[in-house]
Amino acid sequence: MYVIVAGGGKVGANVARSLLRMGSEVTLIEQRRDRFERLEDEFEHQVHRGDATEIYVLERAGITRPPEILLALTGDDEDNMVICQLAKEKYGVPKVIARVNDPRNQAHFDLMGISPTVCATSSIMALVEHEVPEHDLIHLLELRKENLEIVEVQIDRDSPVAGKRVESLKLPEGARLISVMRNGHAEIAVGATALEAGDQVLAILEPGKEDELRKVLLKR
Amino acid sequence: MKALIIGCGRVGSTIALQLQKEDWDVTVVDENEDALSRLGENWPGAFLVGHGMDADLLRAAGIEEADAVVVATDGDNTNIVIGQVAQKRFGVECTVIRLLDPARADFYSARGMRVVCPTKTAIETLGEAVRACAVPIREVTA
Repeated sequence: MYVIVAGGGKVGANVARSLLRMGSEVTLIEQRRDRFERLEDEFEHQVHRGDATEIYVLERAGITRPPEILLALTGDDEDNMVICQLAKEKYGVPKVIARVNDPRNQAHFDLMGISPTVCATSSIMALVEHEVPEHDLIHLLELRKENLEIVEVQIDRDSPVAGKRVESLKLPEGARLISVMRNGHAEIAVGATALEAGDQVLAILEPGKEDELRKVLLKR
Repeated sequence: MKALIIGCGRVGSTIALQLQKEDWDVTVVDENEDALSRLGENWPGAFLVGHGMDADLLRAAGIEEADAVVVATDGDNTNIVIGQVAQKRFGVECTVIRLLDPARADFYSARGMRVVCPTKTAIETLGEAVRACAVPIREVTA
């Protein structure tokens, strides 16, 4: 497999090293001179110096072959977006993976159709949500392509929906309950399903509807 | 008519002042507060401090009602991304971006963006200027 890795920081260099160990052919691109010189000792001809958003730099790195996959792992989100757009649309690279440095830029990556993306901050926050029990709405899964997400909500004694049937709930537009877990046993949520305090409910919804759903199920 | 100018350097500030003189309602965005001084003492339009990648800031700057957006920060890739956000996310048909790299300018023009590349213009103009002064060498008569 031929892989181009743009960005030779900690992330890029470690990914390149792992890929080489797996037997892939790798070209690493790094712009900063001092960083490049250190990488050159280890990666020799497999590291190129230059700005990976420059077309001639990408071409020198062999993007016209094209590689099976390009990884845009620089510390700059705009650069990663442009590198991915050039790779996909100008050179027909079949697969790209982009690093998101600032989670607020995720929407821009989505707008440009750049997927999959990896964001350390978002991953850590998702784990925090999972680990901290007082969080009342846990993100379980993000279906980026579908623009949907699956969340888990714990119904407690103060919840206005305890004792009510699913069909009687005024759920926000773009949100549905999937299942109800009670005493270790899960059931698909249908109209006649009655909710009880202590239930763990899975819901599918459009991102951004969390607050509305929280209000209906938990009144907060 | 409402214009939003992102990046208040030499280019952005001058366009802002020109459009304002032509009775446009102009809002300028720059990361650096000091950039406001480029707009003169009594800038009558709006000026917001922040990064053009911030969609909330763009909304606060009125991008949803803008008739035109000019993106002229000092980073080509930043301009490419903000330009696409203005065009595709906020639907501003008249979005013009400044790119210094001719290669990226060609690629993004072909993809339907309005790109102005001063480097290309400079190359053409300089070439013409050089050709214009290539006068034939005349024999010097004593």
